[in-house]
Amino acid sequence: MITTTQQGYFTTIQDEGRWGYQAYGMPIAGAMDRYACRVANLLVGNHIHAAVLEMTGLGATFNFDEQQLVAVCGADMQGLLNGKPITSWSSFFVPKRGELKFDAALSGYRTYLAIRGGFDVPLVLESRSTCSWAKVGGYEGRSLRQGDVLYVGQESDWDVYPRNLEPLYLPQYTEEINLRVILGPQDNMFTRETVDTFFKNTYIVTNQSDRTGYRLEGARIKHLDKADIVSDAACLGAIQIPADGMPFIMTADHQTTRGFPKLGSVMQVDLSKLAQAKTGDRIHFILGAEQEAIDALRRERLLYLTIGNRALR
Amino acid sequence: MKKYFNDIKLLVAGEHGLIIEFGTVISPEINGLVQQMSRLLHNKKSKGIIEIVPTYRSVTIYFDPLVLTRQELSLVITEFISEIRQPDVACLTPKILHIPVCYGGVLGPDLEIVARYTGVSAEEVITIHTSKPYLVYMLGFIPGFPYLGGLSSKIALPRQDKLRTKIPAGSVGIGGNQTGFYPIESQGEWWLIGRTPIKAFNPSSSNPFLFSPGDYLHFFHISIDAYFAIRREVEAGTYIPKVSYM
Repeated sequence: MITTTQQGYFTTIQDEGRWGYQAYGMPIAGAMDRYACRVANLLVGNHIHAAVLEMTGLGATFNFDEQQLVAVCGADMQGLLNGKPITSWSSFFVPKRGELKFDAALSGYRTYLAIRGGFDVPLVLESRSTCSWAKVGGYEGRSLRQGDVLYVGQESDWDVYPRNLEPLYLPQYTEEINLRVILGPQDNMFTRETVDTFFKNTYIVTNQSDRTGYRLEGARIKHLDKADIVSDAACLGAIQIPADGMPFIMTADHQTTRGFPKLGSVMQVDLSKLAQAKTGDRIHFILGAEQEAIDALRRERLLYLTIGNRALR
Repeated sequence: MKKYFNDIKLLVAGEHGLIIEFGTVISPEINGLVQQMSRLLHNKKSKGIIEIVPTYRSVTIYFDPLVLTRQELSLVITEFISEIRQPDVACLTPKILHIPVCYGGVLGPDLEIVARYTGVSAEEVITIHTSKPYLVYMLGFIPGFPYLGGLSSKIALPRQDKLRTKIPAGSVGIGGNQTGFYPIESQGEWWLIGRTPIKAFNPSSSNPFLFSPGDYLHFFHISIDAYFAIRREVEAGTYIPKVSYM
């Protein structure tokens, strides 16, 4: 068992998400940075569906009563194992009665802690992900608090050895990011000039951003006519333009349906970059093509296979 | 009906999303097509489809573009559209769920306000609200929340200016020309006219959602004693809401 001795800013249990229930208004949830989450699971030899911990901005501290193989990926939260610095994007053993302590993120915003076997919480609608605003899943539907005790599951697949991830697979977190966008479904509710404005300007991440979405500030996106539509479904990564004209990018915990037009969608592979953006970071949108997104997705899946194979004992 | 078919559009929602848009307005006919399409997609599910989300006027399909291409999916949809066009397609008999509601008092604090604003008595608000079943056009906003259609204009009124931050689960409300109830504690701007003891969303149940898009809800008035009696049954897992068919 693992005891939370400091909870950090916002620490939740996540997995690949709760797909299949959006028709009932249930958000997908799941890891914000799917790349870091998957790599962390691969480094400890877990099933792709194993649950990990997602820490936000300021990390948590845990005490382990038994030896465990863990992996830490994502933002560098200055992790210490029994007081000694650990390397991000690596797997290692935490010894019996060991302490794993995280601090403020130096670069990036979200850090994933995977444990061999996964964190064991009940499956709710086929997923262990937490959607805290709906109080569903994870640890009692909420973020971790001091004193919460976690148990290890049996979601591991193959034997692995502790290792560092090859540098070529490490993402670089910068305070200025490019996100590629596929237009639609309601880009026809904006003028050509407005769409140009969107792609030419820099947008700043506001502090009203969380797991439901990133609220940005910058040049106003004017609607051609009205700012609302009869509610329809909004996908992961959808860029919604509400009445105030400031873009809102929908992320893991987003509501399934909304009544504002969506100018476009951020490519799925680029959502991992967005998940590491924090208040004040700058975003440039780049017009992308659908085929480019599909190719990127294919490359990412091949990467998972390679990383998984290299992790084999 | 024919006119709707000429307006069907296939829209892009990212590389993993396709929207079949039947129209841009709220209408029971358009929503009927949405429900039929959604059923067909479920029953003859292509490999690569991740999930299907019906809304007021469109069906969104999330798919894995590495397994199923947009072109392949579009072909399947075109086939289904021609299938829906056949007039002899058997429609399901819609299900009506009967939902007990205790109107007014502490459980429906805004009932008098709604009565005063709309110029009818509190009793009439209840009579009108319980007079017919409402179509569940779609679910969204929060888990299990129904967007209901068909509220009588006699008891419609603008939403509150102020956002209530903690509306108790089960609260039945009116906002604009819409009515419905909050399955979980939520924030909202609707006027609260009553509360149901029923749980529309129960994540630990094998049947977590009480109703689906395309079903109908028919509210009926119960006393506060009945409210608490049913609530105890709901907690014990022994309450089964009455179901009938159109």
